[in-house]
Amino acid sequence: MAQIHLRALRHSYRARPRDEVMADWALRELNLDWRNGGAYALLGPSGCGKSTLLNIVSGLLRPTHGQVLFDERDVTGLEPGERNIAQVFQFPVVYDTMTVADNLAFPLRNRGLPEPQVRSRVREIAALLDLEATLDQRAAGLTADGKQKISLGRGLVRADVAAILFDEPLTVIDPHLKWRLRSKLKELHQRLGVTMIYVTHDQTEALTFADQVVVMDNGQVVQAGTPVELFERPRHTFVGHFIGSPGMNLLPCEIDAAGVARFDGHAVPTAVADASAARGKLTQIGVRPEHLRFARAGETGLPVAIERTSDLGRVTVVDARHGEQLIKVLVAEAGHLPSRDASLVFDMRHTQVYADGWIVE
Amino acid sequence: MSARTVNQKAWWLVLPVVALVAFNAVIPLMAVVNYSVQETFGNNEFFFEGVRWFQQVMQSARFREALQRQLLFTAIVLVIQVPLGVAIALAMPRTGIGVSICLVLMAMPLLIPYNVVGAMWNIFALPDIGLMGHGLIALGFDFNYTRQPLAAWITLVTMDVWHWTSLVVLLTYAGLSAIPDAFYQAARIDGASKWAIFRHIQLPKLKHVLLIAVLLRFMDSFMVYTEAVVLTGGGPGNATTLLSIDLVKTALGQFDLGPAAAMSLIYFLIILLLSWLFYTVMTRDDAK
Repeated sequence: MAQIHLRALRHSYRARPRDEVMADWALRELNLDWRNGGAYALLGPSGCGKSTLLNIVSGLLRPTHGQVLFDERDVTGLEPGERNIAQVFQFPVVYDTMTVADNLAFPLRNRGLPEPQVRSRVREIAALLDLEATLDQRAAGLTADGKQKISLGRGLVRADVAAILFDEPLTVIDPHLKWRLRSKLKELHQRLGVTMIYVTHDQTEALTFADQVVVMDNGQVVQAGTPVELFERPRHTFVGHFIGSPGMNLLPCEIDAAGVARFDGHAVPTAVADASAARGKLTQIGVRPEHLRFARAGETGLPVAIERTSDLGRVTVVDARHGEQLIKVLVAEAGHLPSRDASLVFDMRHTQVYADGWIVE
Repeated sequence: MSARTVNQKAWWLVLPVVALVAFNAVIPLMAVVNYSVQETFGNNEFFFEGVRWFQQVMQSARFREALQRQLLFTAIVLVIQVPLGVAIALAMPRTGIGVSICLVLMAMPLLIPYNVVGAMWNIFALPDIGLMGHGLIALGFDFNYTRQPLAAWITLVTMDVWHWTSLVVLLTYAGLSAIPDAFYQAARIDGASKWAIFRHIQLPKLKHVLLIAVLLRFMDSFMVYTEAVVLTGGGPGNATTLLSIDLVKTALGQFDLGPAAAMSLIYFLIILLLSWLFYTVMTRDDAK
C-alpha cells in the first residue's frame, strides 16, 4: 500500500510536442496527491486524458515530464512489473489456456516464488473473490465478470499491492452483474484498505465508488473533491454540466455596480455576496435543477413559462422557459406543479456565479 | 391439418450451382474413378478390372518410395517453415515505415510464378555458373545438385523454404496484429518474461492462424510439382521424384491410365486423411 503523488505531470503522444500548442498534449501540468487506502475515481468524457493518467501511474506509459512518487519514492522510470500495482482493463484479460488457479499464480511464478507459497496465496485470493469453485476450470470458459475478477486477482496475489487501478472495468459486464461486481469492489476496498483508482466516464459509477472524484477535461484536472462537493459546489461549469442528471443550468448574466448577478435584468441572489471581481469576464449563473423551486403564493421570483414535464418516477423534470433561456427544474412531488405560468425561486446558498467558466468566490 | 403448398420451382435456382460443382469437381473426379477400374488398349475399348490397379499401385516399390520421399519432404518443409515463419513474424516491426517494407519483401516470393522460381534456383545452384553452386564450391564444398542426391534435396528444400515461408510469416503477422494491447500491458504488470508472453499469450492467440498455415503448407508441399520438376526433374536418378512427379511420369510418360488413375485416388485420399488428422488434433481443445 502506498501514497501516490503526481508531480508536475505532462504527457504527449507526439515525438516533439510544442510547449505552446495545447493540442499536442494529452495531459497538461497535473499535480495530485492520493493518500494511502483511499478510493479515487478519475471521471471525464472520452479523450480527456484519464486513461493516459492511469497508464502513467501503472508504468505502462512514461510521462513526457514530471514524476510519479509512491511513498516519496520516485518510480517514474520503473517498469509496471516492478511497481507492485494491479490493473484491471476495460476488456477482461485472462490467459486463455490456463486454469483459473494458474492465472492467479502467474505473477507469483514469474517472480519465482516457491510453489507451496504460490498455492496457499492463490487459495486465499480465490476465497476473497469467490472464485474457489472455479479454480480448476479453464479461465476462457468464465463469464465476463468472472474474468474481470481473475484480472483483479492477478494483481491482488502479490503481497503488499501498492494500488489497484481500474480502467472502465464494467464496460463489458451485463447490467445486472455490474451492480454485483461493483459492490464486490467496495467490499474489497473496505476489507483490504488498498488504494484504488477507478477510471470511468459514468458519473454514477464514479460517485458511488469513490471518496474523492477527480474530474478531468481536455487533459486537465477541473476539480478534485468528494461527490457532495462536486454536486453542491462545482468549481467549473464543466463539472456542473457533466455531473448531475440533468446537469446544472447555466444562465448568462451581468454583474451590476453592487456586485449582484442579474439575469435578463432580474437580480438573482447567489452564494457570492459581491461578484464585482468578475466584471468584464464572461459571467454565468449556475444552479442545479435540484436547487430551484416554484414560488408559493405571495412569493416573487423569475417569471417562466412551463413547456414540458417528464416524469422520471420519483422526481419530475420540468422544462421552464424564460425568453430564449431553457431552465430545468427538478420537482420531488408531481402534485404541486403550476399549470403554465409560474415563477422560479433560487436556493441562494447553492446558486453560483462563474466567470470564464470558473467559480467566483 | 393445414394444406401445404409445395412449390418445386425453387430447384431451378439451385441448378447453376449443381451444374458448376458437377463440371468442376464431380465429373472429372468420376472420370478418374472410371479409369481406375478399367483397362484399355486403345480404340476406345475398355475392360473392367476391379481393384487390380489399386493392388498393383499399393504393392509397387516405386510408389512406396515416392510416397516416402513425399512424406519426408513435407515433414522437413513443415518443421523448418512453421517455426521460422513464426520467428520472423515476431521479429518484424509493429509500427512505422518498416512495416510496409517488411510486408512487401515478404510478399515478393509469393508473387513469382512457380516455374520461374524453379528456373531461378536451377540456375542459382548450378555448380559452374550459379552464384550459390559456384560459391559453395569456391568455399570448398563438394556441391553438385545435378549429380548428388543430398545436394539436390538441400537445394529443393532451400528453394521451398525461400518460396513459401513468407506465407507463414504473413499469416502469423496478421494473427499477432489482432492481439489487443491490453494483453501485453497485463503481461508487463504481471512481470512476464518474453518467453512467457509468447507461450501464454501469443501462441494461444495464434492457434487458429497457425492451423490454417500448417494445413495450407501441408497440402501445398504434399502436392508440389512445378518448382521441383523444373529444378531437378526428379533426379538425379529418382532421388527427388516426389509423388506428383511420379504420377505425371506414369500418366503422361508411360500413358498407363489405369494405374495413374488409381494412384491419383490414393494420393487424394492421403491428403484428405492427413488434413483431417491435422485439423482434428489441432482443434481438439476447442470442443471442451
